[in-house]
Amino acid sequence: MKLEMKDSPGQLVAALKPISDVGGNIIAVIHQREPDSDTDTLDVQIVLELPEGRLEKLKLLLQEQGVHIQRIGEERLLYTQTVIMIGHLMHTDLSDTVGQIDSTGFAEVSELSMCMPAINERSSSRITIKSVTREDMAAALAILRRVALQKSLLLVEPLEDIA
Amino acid sequence: MMRVALIGMGSVGRGVAETLYKKDLGILITGLADSRSGCMDSQGIDIPAVLSAKKNGSPCGSPDISAADVIKKAEYDVLIEVTPTNALTGEPAIGYIKTALAQKKHVVTSNKGPIALACKELRTMAQKNHVALRYEATVAGAIPIMHTLEHGLAGNEILGLFGVLNGTCNYILTRMAAEGLTYEQALLEAREMGYAEADPTYDVQGIDAAIKLVILANTIWDNGMTLNNVDRTGIDLLTADALRLAEEDGCTIRLIAEAIPRKNILRVSPRIISKNHPLVVEGTLNALTLETDLAKEITLIGRGAGSVETASAIIGDLLFIRDRYVKRS
Repeated sequence: MKLEMKDSPGQLVAALKPISDVGGNIIAVIHQREPDSDTDTLDVQIVLELPEGRLEKLKLLLQEQGVHIQRIGEERLLYTQTVIMIGHLMHTDLSDTVGQIDSTGFAEVSELSMCMPAINERSSSRITIKSVTREDMAAALAILRRVALQKSLLLVEPLEDIA
Repeated sequence: MMRVALIGMGSVGRGVAETLYKKDLGILITGLADSRSGCMDSQGIDIPAVLSAKKNGSPCGSPDISAADVIKKAEYDVLIEVTPTNALTGEPAIGYIKTALAQKKHVVTSNKGPIALACKELRTMAQKNHVALRYEATVAGAIPIMHTLEHGLAGNEILGLFGVLNGTCNYILTRMAAEGLTYEQALLEAREMGYAEADPTYDVQGIDAAIKLVILANTIWDNGMTLNNVDRTGIDLLTADALRLAEEDGCTIRLIAEAIPRKNILRVSPRIISKNHPLVVEGTLNALTLETDLAKEITLIGRGAGSVETASAIIGDLLFIRDRYVKRS
């Protein structure tokens, strides 16, 4: 997000504190002072990770600090998992397979690499899926598992973190 | 001197006999049988003579004496049952073990069939007769997983386990990843190296790993799981391309056996796994990660098969029994 705040001591800290207050994780702070700027405000860009549903609270807290939010660019999908699928991927309608994930609204296929050695031979693909939450990822994998079973494809899932 | 009867003179049986003979452990073999013959001697059997007879393809004893005879009539404290695994019926090993337990003899086995199929019944029978039934060698060869669970991690709640439990599959996957071999080429190589059977089904379709998973689950949680409860996928449909695609991501593929009771997971399947993961071991090695409440994660790595390696697990069980039971009586 891009913030505009008063150019006075302590303002940056005041703007950052609400982020940790709502459980956010600051990834980068980009702060560039325009040399010929004659305004008394400062533009700061902050890249952060925020748990689902905390954004409104953060906006409110920032406003209370007198910080103006210029822009919020949101990357909605936080969880990434990669699976490998093996089988007759084209003959079993690959776009339908991908579509079954994309049409959920909570998960999508973000990358696909494929090897097709020869016609009539089984192909192998690596599919990266992104989702909003961990539960959504589990649901997306369950869909893929069902599709793989229906289409006689071998689905190789990642070994999740031991948790 | 603790006396043992050894049933089964395949690679494991020979490894046990040889090690007991070479190492002065205070264990005397007084009964011995292979599939065709048997012998008994309360003063101790001449092991070098038996081993050289086996080497020449001769039976180990008299064809008039069967394994059942040895179990019933020999003078011994512990039965060592190391006949080949029958995954369908567990026989004749289940019968052998029951006969010994009923005679109040301790039993040590490397045979997966009886433990996977009749764990509860055999354990109850052992308890009733106040004898030990131990089977360290059934899972992950030389890795002391049962001792670790029973002693080192006593007091821990085991929350889940993840294992590379089949050396044949691990060898094939290692070779496919390292050399870009196809599944068929790697299998052929595994056969030439003596790591795969002529009929590899039992290994490559994950049945062997699933049986070991069932044994572990029943040992840890006593949850009555059987082979049918395992969600099982083998490695035989994997492609060299799939391994390469995993590699491009800093990962590889391994056949992982997984049990997490709280999530109702009991599964053997090929999985994408980071190459830095402690379970990624090379060649025929086995590995097991336990997740516990106190110790958190513990990983054990070691040889999963081999004559002397498996004998190591059996002898660990024998010495445990000697210290716990036989010495005192």
